[in-house]
Amino acid sequence: MLDAARLRADFPLLQRQEHGRRLVYLDNAATTQKPQAVLDAILDYYRTTNANVHRGAYGLAIRATEAYEAARERVARFLNAWAPEGVVFTRGTTEAINLVAGAYGRANLRQGDMVVVTAMDHHSNLVPWQILCQEKGAVLRMVEITEDGRIDLSDYGQALERRPKIVAFPYVSNSLGTVNPAGQLIRLAHAVGAVVVVDGAQSTPHLRVDVQALDCDFYACSGHKMLGPMGSGALVAKPALLEAMPPYHGGGEMISKVWDDHSTYNKIPHKFEAGTPNVEGAVGLAAAIDYLERIGLEQIAEHEQALAKAAIERLSQIDGVVVYGPRGHRAGVVSFTYGDVHPHDIATILDQDGICIRAGHHCTQPLMRRLNVAATARASFYLYNSLEEVEALATSLVKAGALFGYVPA
Amino acid sequence: MDTSPPEPRLSALYQELILDHYRRPRNKGMLEHPTHAVSLNNPLCGDEIDLQLLVQDAVIRDVRFVGRGCSISQASASMMTQLLKEKSVPQALVLAGRISAMMQGDAAAATDKSLGELRALAGVSKFPVRIKCALLPWNALSDALKSSA
Repeated sequence: MLDAARLRADFPLLQRQEHGRRLVYLDNAATTQKPQAVLDAILDYYRTTNANVHRGAYGLAIRATEAYEAARERVARFLNAWAPEGVVFTRGTTEAINLVAGAYGRANLRQGDMVVVTAMDHHSNLVPWQILCQEKGAVLRMVEITEDGRIDLSDYGQALERRPKIVAFPYVSNSLGTVNPAGQLIRLAHAVGAVVVVDGAQSTPHLRVDVQALDCDFYACSGHKMLGPMGSGALVAKPALLEAMPPYHGGGEMISKVWDDHSTYNKIPHKFEAGTPNVEGAVGLAAAIDYLERIGLEQIAEHEQALAKAAIERLSQIDGVVVYGPRGHRAGVVSFTYGDVHPHDIATILDQDGICIRAGHHCTQPLMRRLNVAATARASFYLYNSLEEVEALATSLVKAGALFGYVPA
Repeated sequence: MDTSPPEPRLSALYQELILDHYRRPRNKGMLEHPTHAVSLNNPLCGDEIDLQLLVQDAVIRDVRFVGRGCSISQASASMMTQLLKEKSVPQALVLAGRISAMMQGDAAAATDKSLGELRALAGVSKFPVRIKCALLPWNALSDALKSSA
């Protein structure tokens, strides 16, 4: 396992106390804390480099543009993108998926066509497809999950028999921690001619991702879930697909020539980056990637899996606790319920002990209906979490149970 | 292992009375012929309530609810239905205002006898993110009384 105590020292916010207690931050699937290196990179950008990109003729603007494009190359290397111009900076995963639905989907989907999603998709990889299908008169097909929270491969196969045009799924489930067999799902979808969109919000921070090895068509990710700033993120795509797509947003930067009544468009990726981009976000994201690479994605994945395993074992010992999702290989996300203690009540009680967890539907309402729960409590881990924090979680949970009349385990 | 007693604010929040209403909600179910019905949910946390009222001559003769959610929202709904029976519509709206004031930390509202058992929810005012839970049924009530007279 990683030396979490040493890594924790890199994160200023984690030095703070909450309700007079040591802060135990276990909501990393929602967002992550930022190391000093990322904060420094953002501050340094504004102190030394800030100017608008891609248009200035002066040195400062050239350096800002270089910093922005260097960040793009950093993201491309990190995910083994097909080319730097296949990396479009977005506000995050949600905007990246909306871009695919709004530009690729609107241009290529016809009435009666099918889009396949899964019952474990985050609303951000579901609602854009619902909107698209409603607009086009296309069919949205939701693939079921198994009882232990994996994509039901036989149902997936049946959905593919209808030869969908687009298949979208999460690499890692934000509610269950399931690591989906992305390579296999992509091969099967390609065999029937579908274009594949992978929601990488929960995989990019926690696993080594190689988009060329996966061979997906579109891959979406968020910077803030991987130690980077909020409002940073990327769509990584096969360049030929981006070339053929119409633009998403209109405005400055995305154009080549503008006439009174029409325009021609810039080259990729700029065609999809209308307006002044989030340069600080890109620079901060690149610094976050540097930090993650120094530790090693394989080591991070191993660390989180150990924490998840310990958490599942420890929580399962508490009478009345039910843990959802696969028992075997999974990412560092542990969703659970505790008797009739509502997850919001659990979160309030844990907060008093300085422990931050998420309670609710985790933006996966169709999944919650299938689990037959209105909400779950969710602890999600990252590189700065420790086994001691797993124990603190369990201890505080027993306290919550005692308040509701459960006998401590 | 940490065996310290729960801190006072938590004990004040999760009083026996609140847990009792959470586990044995009063007036749970549906009315056969409601004059007012409204469904409300909190999209942030997913708490839900269906509230039904039977109002005759501007008096609430009966009230039922079906809901899913945390102890605070469900106990608030249960206690609300008990308090509302045989109250006039204007009286009910005044009570909704008093509850709202109590959630804002109004000490006078927190000791207002007209709120009956609902005073047990006064501790919620110390937990700002939970105020919306306590007010969900009351917002449903206001919506119902405004929607169709």
